[in-house]
Amino acid sequence: MSDALSDDGSDINQDESQEDVMTPAELIAKLEEAWLNEKFSPELLENRSEVVECVMEQLTHMEANLQRVKKGDAKASIHRMEIDRIRFMLSSYLRSRLQKIEKFFPHVLEREKSRGEGDPSLLSPEEFAFAKEYYANTETYLKAVALKRMPPNLQTVDMLKAVPEPCLDSFVFLRVKERQENILVEPETDDQREYVVDLEEGSQHLMRYRTIAPLVSSGAVQLI
Amino acid sequence: FFKCLHDNEAKSEGRAELIPSIKLRHCCLLRNQRCLTAYLYDRLLRIRALRWEYGSVLPANVRFHMCAEEVQWFSQYKKSLASFMRSLGAGEGLDITQDMKPPKSLYIEVRCLKDHGEFEIDDGTVILLKKNSQHFLPRWKCEQLIRQGVLEHVMS
Repeated sequence: MSDALSDDGSDINQDESQEDVMTPAELIAKLEEAWLNEKFSPELLENRSEVVECVMEQLTHMEANLQRVKKGDAKASIHRMEIDRIRFMLSSYLRSRLQKIEKFFPHVLEREKSRGEGDPSLLSPEEFAFAKEYYANTETYLKAVALKRMPPNLQTVDMLKAVPEPCLDSFVFLRVKERQENILVEPETDDQREYVVDLEEGSQHLMRYRTIAPLVSSGAVQLI
Repeated sequence: FFKCLHDNEAKSEGRAELIPSIKLRHCCLLRNQRCLTAYLYDRLLRIRALRWEYGSVLPANVRFHMCAEEVQWFSQYKKSLASFMRSLGAGEGLDITQDMKPPKSLYIEVRCLKDHGEFEIDDGTVILLKKNSQHFLPRWKCEQLIRQGVLEHVMS
């Protein structure tokens, strides 16, 4: 099916002067990775807006192609299914990001404000605007309904303390894509014994998210 | 609340024996504040869920249970969400409240719950949607109407 897909897509990418010219199949694979990682990670991951944009472009191209093909119903319906599936993946990815933004909004905004200049951004500009509006909206609501009727020293709520932080110690399943050595897995016990593992390529593990968080963002492991 | 202020004045006048009772009252007030904000925040989360389930227009009986500020919060949330969806993919827009479940098949069996008149699908055929009539239609066309309650997905 992805052969039929790349047939239609290869003429698009040929005269595209982007930094990374990927085949549509690679692009969809990247989207799938980002989607699964975002779905299973307890915290909000790095923003992949370039993938989102490319996929949306791809979808519009595919829909346009489909309009042109009138007859040949079998091929058209297969393409249509493909479009539906890709659109579902993209929507699900964006939805899980939005849900995490809403759930952890003060922490997400704080992280975004305090990140360094060269660090990759956590939120796309639109997501940042959405998060700020959500914060302001919720604060206005709480003030209007309850807080303004309280005594002066109780009229603010510290959102950073009030809203719970993402639980980074939750366990996640992962598959190793690149071999890693000497990953420190700290035990919960009081005696500070270091417990170190090597991660073989292709192996699957169940670990605490906190220990493998940097590997997820570098792409060395895939959450499943 | 005002008794607390009164006691605070007493404290500043140097009557140290009232300090424990002030602390206790302050803790009670903080706890009350936390309970209230937790209740209100939980209501907000439920209202947010309504937007994702029912769409932009809430049914009247639900709106009846919301206070004016909640209605305002809802309309503000709707606006934020809509402008976010519009901005996706460099101005193209993508409605992410659609496609909630992975697509299983291309065509689905639907039953019409209300009269909706004529409905045209992509290859030009026109279907008359009368109450209780059943049709086999493309999935992406029906999704809107299913959410509005006009069609019902029949799973045999």
